[in-house]
Amino acid sequence: MSTDRQQALFGYALRLGDTSLVLGHRLSEWCGHAPELEEDIALTNVALDLVGHARLLLSYAGEIEGKGRDEDRLAYRRDVFDYRNHLLAEQPNRDFGHTIVRQFLHDSWAVELYGRLAASADPTLAGIAAKAVKEVRYHVRHSADWLIRLGDGTDVSRARVADALERLWSYTGEMFERDAAEDTLVAAGIAPDPAELRTAWNTRVAAVLEEATLDRPTDGWMQKGGRRGEHSEHLGYLLAEMQFLPRAYPDAVW
Amino acid sequence: MYTQGLDSKTEHGTQPPPRLVTAEDNRFQERVDAEEKIEPRDWMPEGYRRTLVRQISQHAHSEIVGMLPEGNWITRAPSLRRKVALLAKVQDEGGHGLYLYSAAETLGVSRDELVEQLLSGKAKYSSIFNYPTPTWADIGAIGWLVDGAAIMNQVPLCRCSYGPYARAMVRICREESFHQRQGYELMLALATGTAEQKRMAQDALNRWWWPALMMFGPSDDQSAHSAQNMAWKIKRFSNDELRQRFVDATVPQAEFLGLTIPDPDLRLDPESGHHRFGAIDWTEFNEILKGNGPCNRERIEARRKAWDEGAWVREAASAHAAKRAARALKKAG
Repeated sequence: MSTDRQQALFGYALRLGDTSLVLGHRLSEWCGHAPELEEDIALTNVALDLVGHARLLLSYAGEIEGKGRDEDRLAYRRDVFDYRNHLLAEQPNRDFGHTIVRQFLHDSWAVELYGRLAASADPTLAGIAAKAVKEVRYHVRHSADWLIRLGDGTDVSRARVADALERLWSYTGEMFERDAAEDTLVAAGIAPDPAELRTAWNTRVAAVLEEATLDRPTDGWMQKGGRRGEHSEHLGYLLAEMQFLPRAYPDAVW
Repeated sequence: MYTQGLDSKTEHGTQPPPRLVTAEDNRFQERVDAEEKIEPRDWMPEGYRRTLVRQISQHAHSEIVGMLPEGNWITRAPSLRRKVALLAKVQDEGGHGLYLYSAAETLGVSRDELVEQLLSGKAKYSSIFNYPTPTWADIGAIGWLVDGAAIMNQVPLCRCSYGPYARAMVRICREESFHQRQGYELMLALATGTAEQKRMAQDALNRWWWPALMMFGPSDDQSAHSAQNMAWKIKRFSNDELRQRFVDATVPQAEFLGLTIPDPDLRLDPESGHHRFGAIDWTEFNEILKGNGPCNRERIEARRKAWDEGAWVREAASAHAAKRAARALKKAG
């Protein structure tokens, strides 16, 4: 594999892995605090799947990089500016409505992405995606169902998810960005074309918003930077919490 | 995670009033004696029903409150493998809570009533979850000791005379024994790790040992319902018998870890083969039951907060379901 391609693939696996890890972490913050027991279980289940995907993707990233970094080295020993997750994933839970909107916007992207990535020319990514897509199909059903319930529920729930949608919408543009590294992967049939993902995402999101009786926010200014290591203030706190033990006891094996 | 002998003699109003033994009582007892399972639609004495509702709901509440001390560490688990294992464990506990509430519902109470009793402080849950989890080793100690004690208590419950409870316990025990092994493996990694890790493991054992012994409930001579519960085959072994079994199983495990059990009176009695242990501080246990443990207030506050902050979500789900039903009706009409 050429160095450029290798570098691009490393970056690609890292972006996907970091996004899964950070979002999985956010969801895991709900464990024991959800609005009902069934949701404690459901949100934890999604968190488990996402951390599972992160493990596969980060292990693969480490392997491609070839510098001996394993999943834990990558997860626990990088600072904010080396994380490559979408900004959407690191946004705080706020309330259940925000969590559901964040999840739905992400899941709608993930299900389209992994469905296509399962046919990737890279057999490892294809394998990971084939496993992930089966789980992500459940995730999107769960988050879409809740978005519909909350949108078409009471005045209070509707106001809350409408607010969350307004607030989080500007983080959706980043999911469809494309850079030179990704161009290489798209050309090689390794990664799906982000433009194609955007079209599919738009259709999916529009259908659910309609059923939820919610208006689609207009595409204005989009926040970006997560994929290049430029993050919000929230990620630092998340990493401080997540990385505390390996940082405090650098020689320990757990 | 666990049901506890909370039935100390200080608890009022849970004993059925004395009454005449009827032919139905006798028939019921014959069925129990013949090891037949009692099912929800079968006749049962009111005291039997009440005891089971209390025990199963306490057990369910313990699972739910038990998610909190361990849930603390999900976001701080030191490796992704440990994080996934802990998430799965805490999720299992939520699942156990769910089946147990369902088992209690077969006895004619609703989950909402039971949750209300927990949030109002009327219902009890295992006192063990009122202890804090300040370090990562607490996750290992809980798995090893708390789940270990839970298994001792729960395996006999798989043969409980009440069918729905017994069946729920079969599945729960299978998962608990997996959690116990996981906890022990976590402790082993610490005990064989750096000096700091070993210190962390010993510190956790020091703090969890006595509370784990208290999980079996008051000594037999202090326990109010033992005889009746034994006759009904809700309980198969006494609190003291189970506690002894736990100590006998756990002492060699601690030795293997190279950790010291914090009991200067602990010794092996060569004649009986049992480990004799020191006196349990029941004052601490009783204070925790009264609400004075280190985390009693935090635990209930956390449950109330989750419940109150989730009210709008549950209301929205009901409102949406009603709208859907109305639309379906309109379409059909």
